[in-house]
Amino acid sequence: MPTVAPLDLDSHCLATAFIADVPYFALADGVVHRLDNGHKWSELHDGLLATAYDAAKGRLITGGEDGKVLAVGAGGASEQLAEIGRKWVTSVAAGPQGAVAFASGRNAYVRFADGKVKELAHPRSVEGVAFSPKGMRIGAARYNGATLHFPAAEGKPVELEWAGAHTGITFSPDGNFVVTTMQENALHGWKLADGKHMRMTGYPAKVKSLSWSAKGKWLASSGAPAAIVWPFSGKDGPMGKAPLELGTRGNSMVTCVACHPSQEIVAVGYDDGMILAVRFGDAKEVVLRRAGKGAVTAMSWDQEERRIAFGSAAGDCGVIDIAA
Amino acid sequence: MTDAQTQIPVTVLTGYLGSGKTTLLNRILSENHGKRYAVIVNEFGEIGIDNDLIVESDEEIYEMNNGCVCCTVRGDLIRVVEGLMRRPGRFDAIVVETTGLADPVPVAQTFFMDDDVRSKTKLDAVVALVDAKHLPLRLKDSREAEDQIAFADVVVLNKTDLVTADELRDVEAAIRAINPTARIHRTTRSGVDLTEVLDRGAFDLKRALENDPHFLDADDHGHDHACGPDCDHDHHHHGHDHHHHHDHGHDHHDHAPSAIHDVTVQSVSLRGGEMDSKKFFPWIEKITQMEGPNILRLKGIIAFKDDPERYVIQGVHMIIEGDHQRAWKDGEKHESRLVFIGRELDRERLERSFLACQA
Repeated sequence: MPTVAPLDLDSHCLATAFIADVPYFALADGVVHRLDNGHKWSELHDGLLATAYDAAKGRLITGGEDGKVLAVGAGGASEQLAEIGRKWVTSVAAGPQGAVAFASGRNAYVRFADGKVKELAHPRSVEGVAFSPKGMRIGAARYNGATLHFPAAEGKPVELEWAGAHTGITFSPDGNFVVTTMQENALHGWKLADGKHMRMTGYPAKVKSLSWSAKGKWLASSGAPAAIVWPFSGKDGPMGKAPLELGTRGNSMVTCVACHPSQEIVAVGYDDGMILAVRFGDAKEVVLRRAGKGAVTAMSWDQEERRIAFGSAAGDCGVIDIAA
Repeated sequence: MTDAQTQIPVTVLTGYLGSGKTTLLNRILSENHGKRYAVIVNEFGEIGIDNDLIVESDEEIYEMNNGCVCCTVRGDLIRVVEGLMRRPGRFDAIVVETTGLADPVPVAQTFFMDDDVRSKTKLDAVVALVDAKHLPLRLKDSREAEDQIAFADVVVLNKTDLVTADELRDVEAAIRAINPTARIHRTTRSGVDLTEVLDRGAFDLKRALENDPHFLDADDHGHDHACGPDCDHDHHHHGHDHHHHHDHGHDHHDHAPSAIHDVTVQSVSLRGGEMDSKKFFPWIEKITQMEGPNILRLKGIIAFKDDPERYVIQGVHMIIEGDHQRAWKDGEKHESRLVFIGRELDRERLERSFLACQA
């Protein structure tokens, strides 16, 4: 039976992460909590807006209302990577070779490991940034599509067009696909090799959480009463295929998804705080956590694939131990 | 549905450069009114107050991908409001300042069209600041100035000390001609009582009527038809002589385009008896679907046959909302009233089709 060790905090949880095997909880008030032989915390931002886990470096990248971009590592130690003045940093991403990207207003920025920062101006707001897993390439979600840059080189960016406002972006782990979340209740994807479009629609709500399964075979998403899981193993991605609908509940919406690091299992968080684990193959469900105070907003698996750190919009966070 | 008590009220402040928005914002931020405001501005600019609840944001207008040209939202507001609402304990209300040239519609529609924003906040009122001295010029050279007035719930007619009594009367009449339902406050140095601009509940169908029970009684305000200095017809006739060919018995009231030239917004006030809900709802839906781009605002009180309660309705372009307000009082006349503010409205057709919905 799974057990839950609760950690009751008092602000919206934006992200969780395991850093050096210690669960971290990053809250909207700018305080990052951790369970490291007891409850410890550090106040990093005056208001936290965006986070990204940097798996290669074992750190959490954070962007705040204070215009700062920080990296939080083991022991809660933080390092300031950039500061852009009194503007909100609304999206951050972690890339290869210690590079970090972030967005504010109509600019995307790439900060290389040597501290150099490249500014990429856009005609419209940059709503989200993400790195491609291959090469030094970033994607910026924007109005009417996405723009892909090679920030280490000069040259024209690649424009991916699709009408509507694109609010977030992710690359598939093999680098073959780009998928955006939209202001409409939909995802949009492009196959990079030929620019083919993938329309992923039918959601009753906006998609706010995406998670790639092991080896990028599936993309799980929130925004419906079930986790909507699109197949990406074929060469054309989900085109012409129906998604899996896992963990369907009649009275609750999925607000957060986190795929298992190696197996075809997804942790599904709901707006009432419940968390299920669901297997892709047979849709078998296990309750990991009963309903809580707020919608599940963050989940992450540890490296041993045994624990899930989770957080909610109401601040009731905790760690689920599946094997216990 | 979210509990209305947890919804944070949002005031939208429009007005041209120099109309006094910054002065009013500074007052909202510094006066001792016991409330804390988060303020979303386009540029920190002149605001001399250091406050971490002032957020700078690039106006970003997004057309919704649903084929409707008037379905626009402010993408940046969705993001900022979402960020602010993750830490809700810090403020009691939000003020959004728009740039001078801003179209107020996408701002307002954001609070109706985005589910997340809508669940956490509610549009309280759209307040337009108007520079009494420069309004005639503004109306000449831009459509936005007119839109801002047409769309407002409250108009702060500022800098009245810079004009003569006659000029002030003409400017006020021009505002009335554009928007017969807005409340107008004459001020100098943005010195309007803050309770007149904040926490108005103008989009709350029930409260809007409590605050201003005559808000649709355009005829009762005794306002003048707007006439510029070179207007050559009698100022005191409400411009009704344009409409003498209407020979039916309904006491309708229309505002023709103002005689301060270049005003293209008009309002159409309709009045009828008890309505048949089976006819009225399809009609209002069809009108707003077809005429949506031309309709800036609509407001109405509808009497339905065999319905003991008054029904109130309002709209922005194609978005319409309606609800029962309260029981009809004893002796109260069961009549229906509807005001459209917009452009290129076919008054006769609106009236004919409205009256055809009567029970």
